[in-house]
Amino acid sequence: MRYLPLSDADRTAMLARIGVKDIDALFADIPADKLLKAPVDLPRRKGELEVERQLGRLAAKNVPASSVPFFVGAGAYKHHVPATVDHLIQRSEFLTSYTPYQPEIAQGTLQYLFEFQTQVALLTGMEVANASMYDGSTGTGEAVLMAHRITKRRKAVLSGGLHPHYAEVVRTLSHMASDAVVSAPASPLADEDLIALIDGETSCVVVQNPDVFGNIRDLRPIAAAAQAKGALLIAVFTEAVSLGLVESPGAMGADIVVGEGQSIGNALNFGGPYVGLFAAKQKYVRQMPGRLCGETVDAEGQRGFVLTLSTREQHIRRDKATSNICTNSGLCCLAFTIHMTLLGEAGLKRLARINHAHAVKLADALAGVKGVSVLNKAFFNEFTIRVPGKAADVVEKLAAKGVLGGVPYSRLAPEAGHDDLILVASTEVNSDDDRAAFVAALKEVL
Amino acid sequence: MLNNQGRPTAAGEATGSAHPTFTGNRALQVEEALLFEIGRADCTGVDLDEPAPFTPRLGGLERKGEIGLVGLSEPETMRHFVRLSQKNYGIDTGLFPLGSCTMKHNPRLNEKMARLPGFSDIHPLQPQSTVQGALELIDQLAHWLMVLTGTSAVAMSPKAGAHGELAGMMAIKAAIDAKGEGAVRKVVLVPESAHGTNPATAALIGFVVKPVPAQDDGTVHVEDVKALLGPDVAAIMLTNPNTCGIFEPQIVEIAKAMHDAGAYFYCDGANFNAIVGKARPGDLGIDAMHINLHKTFSTPHGGGGPGAGPVVLSDRLSRFAPLPFIRKNGGRFALVETADQAGDVQAFGRVTAFHGQMGMYVRALSYMLSHGSDGMKQASEDAVLNANYIRAGLEDLMSLPFPDHPSMHEALFDDSWLKDSGVTTLDFAKAMIDEGYHPMTMYFPLVVHGAMLIEPTESESRASLDLFIMTLRDLALRAKRGETERFSAAPYHAPRRRLDETRAARNPILRWTPPQPIQQAAE
Ligand SMILES: Cc1ncc(COP(=O)(O)O)c(C=O)c1O
Repeated sequence: MRYLPLSDADRTAMLARIGVKDIDALFADIPADKLLKAPVDLPRRKGELEVERQLGRLAAKNVPASSVPFFVGAGAYKHHVPATVDHLIQRSEFLTSYTPYQPEIAQGTLQYLFEFQTQVALLTGMEVANASMYDGSTGTGEAVLMAHRITKRRKAVLSGGLHPHYAEVVRTLSHMASDAVVSAPASPLADEDLIALIDGETSCVVVQNPDVFGNIRDLRPIAAAAQAKGALLIAVFTEAVSLGLVESPGAMGADIVVGEGQSIGNALNFGGPYVGLFAAKQKYVRQMPGRLCGETVDAEGQRGFVLTLSTREQHIRRDKATSNICTNSGLCCLAFTIHMTLLGEAGLKRLARINHAHAVKLADALAGVKGVSVLNKAFFNEFTIRVPGKAADVVEKLAAKGVLGGVPYSRLAPEAGHDDLILVASTEVNSDDDRAAFVAALKEVL
Repeated sequence: MLNNQGRPTAAGEATGSAHPTFTGNRALQVEEALLFEIGRADCTGVDLDEPAPFTPRLGGLERKGEIGLVGLSEPETMRHFVRLSQKNYGIDTGLFPLGSCTMKHNPRLNEKMARLPGFSDIHPLQPQSTVQGALELIDQLAHWLMVLTGTSAVAMSPKAGAHGELAGMMAIKAAIDAKGEGAVRKVVLVPESAHGTNPATAALIGFVVKPVPAQDDGTVHVEDVKALLGPDVAAIMLTNPNTCGIFEPQIVEIAKAMHDAGAYFYCDGANFNAIVGKARPGDLGIDAMHINLHKTFSTPHGGGGPGAGPVVLSDRLSRFAPLPFIRKNGGRFALVETADQAGDVQAFGRVTAFHGQMGMYVRALSYMLSHGSDGMKQASEDAVLNANYIRAGLEDLMSLPFPDHPSMHEALFDDSWLKDSGVTTLDFAKAMIDEGYHPMTMYFPLVVHGAMLIEPTESESRASLDLFIMTLRDLALRAKRGETERFSAAPYHAPRRRLDETRAARNPILRWTPPQPIQQAAE
């Protein structure tokens, strides 16, 4: 077996050195009747070539985003990732290292985490950011728990513009922890009255911007209303590129900001691995979940970095920890940081403008299709269209014509009663031809 | 044409000690400033054309002013991150005996497979008709996991071990609630040797954690568990093989005791890599167990993540799986994403958006297909053999807290052999760095004083193990001889000397901020 260096001669000699007669002597603590006598019923080993063929056949049954006009978003976005990113994250010293528990030989990881935290804090307009959560949705769940710890209240108010999967993650966690959740109904037009739902027991209001329907929202009145009642504003985003063009959540008064960082540096990957971005006001840092990297000096006075404030974490605090998270999204943070370094401020802003321009063009083109209306007044790179008939059928028929034309909202929230809405995203990867193909196909299927 | 005239070709008298350099660099060890000290606001390493003029539709909420980000050109970006990488130790650098973390070889075939566009470039919400191969892959991986663990259901979506713990404990809570016992069964038993994620997980969803005492032999005794059982107990969270590297000999009795008391058995499967193909946790009576794909099935740790933590479920819990899951209808695969599609599964909700860590699934299945049933069994045996070989090579010099049980995939030592030497576990670990090794896990598990948990994995050759053993023997003898300064100030040769963690925590600096302009001393 190509991955196992020991030969049978090695094994025999090593057993002799240990002083046991056979390998099963080392497994003696397994009850004899539970020790498997025969190999489990699975295929035997395979060479590289065979594995490549077998997995290649499965891969070939899927339709990659790059191969078709592609407009699917709703929490994960198709962007172009520079070749440098994937090369660098495959450097052995990054790829095959562990969590930086031995900082003297992990300064590479620690320094990029420090850079990552700085980038995330700047983008979100917040004072501090952590070294990542699993993804935007689990980060949102953690943000709600953090708000409960800070306010010593246990009721969250969720906007009807929050991604339904994110809302479901919060509701599941809250239900299990016996915390209360008030969920506003889905609001495709962003006309909900969230402020009316805030009361003296509310710990936090969770609002996504741009929301799941693509609407850009002014968070300032909600922040003010929440804070006036002693509650926190948790601002969520699922499209990190929007932060290059839309007012930052920090500037609009958010107390905690959490979002999905996949858009920058990370492939679609059918939903994971992604990277949860998590930022907050400095005064709340000791209630934050997850790892934090901090600056210090070594014994010779040279600057260096370490994991810090770990008395918040499970390995020290156990059942009193701020979170149970251990493994996070390390390598996806690295991809994010490298891509953001390549973009820089100028590149990010331009990328964001291109995304917005493409979406505006597409919205205007789709609005010209008979029977189709665009719901949004303000949006970034994603918007919602209303179609005659069932959105799910329309999307399926578009796929049959080779166009991946968005996400039927009913797939995310079948009970919401919005069966005729499609969430449509357009990023820098879409060409004029892609948009024309979408419009033509939509005309045909309606 | 190179002119060799006058160019000495022998090293000659070029010895002597090193001087400080002008740059602070030491040849291949190059100091690297922070991105924010070398980047420029107007610099970009990506060529993008400005869009044609258009009227924005941002509702007046355009971001104003500078964000504060900086950029680098592509060659500068490459150099910045390559230099950073050179300050890191990885499995590809050398033996990485981090106990409990399973730092085994990461085959590059798996990286290649995960990057096939048919896996990496598909969206979680594109029509299911366009991702049938992806769903089939998840279904196949689920099958392998169920066969290897002897269970009949698996929730694939948890994103790491601790997240699998959360999903598994939620399933247990849902099952208890379904029996109407939710108000009563509030206690979760957790041995003191457990990983911190176990008590943290239980507490996160409102359980009260009660410790199970550790016995002198490093295992949990069924009598101690029974003494704690009552109508208030919901579950036990037990790691097997445990965090001392021992297979719990009474695990079957413990499982039975839990079930007899109407409670559940959560098994922390972080150490499953020791017994793959040797025993099936389902046969031992577990009700839920997460599998760290990033340990047992070798998806890379990537400096802290990402991982994946699918959780297998027994028949008693399978009805309470989280969403989403895959259902096979004839030759088609369908994702069950919402409660109304779930049928008789009483899904308790969702633990994450979308469907889990596809990138990790591809790598893990590639690993499994490569090894096959025979190779995985051999890998477990070699991992156990290597750990016991190290133990045999060191046990006369270092102290074994639990000599009565064979080790499984990791050998645990305590620090009693260092008593009165002036050297601590931490010092010893830092001296290993100077010898070119990543230290073992230190001070975990907590039940052993100054713990040193050594997990070599099956990826090490005998020659590599021999050199490691000789190195540790040499260090151990020096520690015992009182050569303390080799240890107390170590490492000497790493990119950084020992770092001041107290200072970092006392005055946390968690991001770069622009240097303040020097104040004129007016007062
Ligand atoms: C015994 C044990 N349990 C649980 C975990 C948590 O797993 P993860 O880091 O994947 O969340 C770990 C990992 O460090 C572990 O060693």
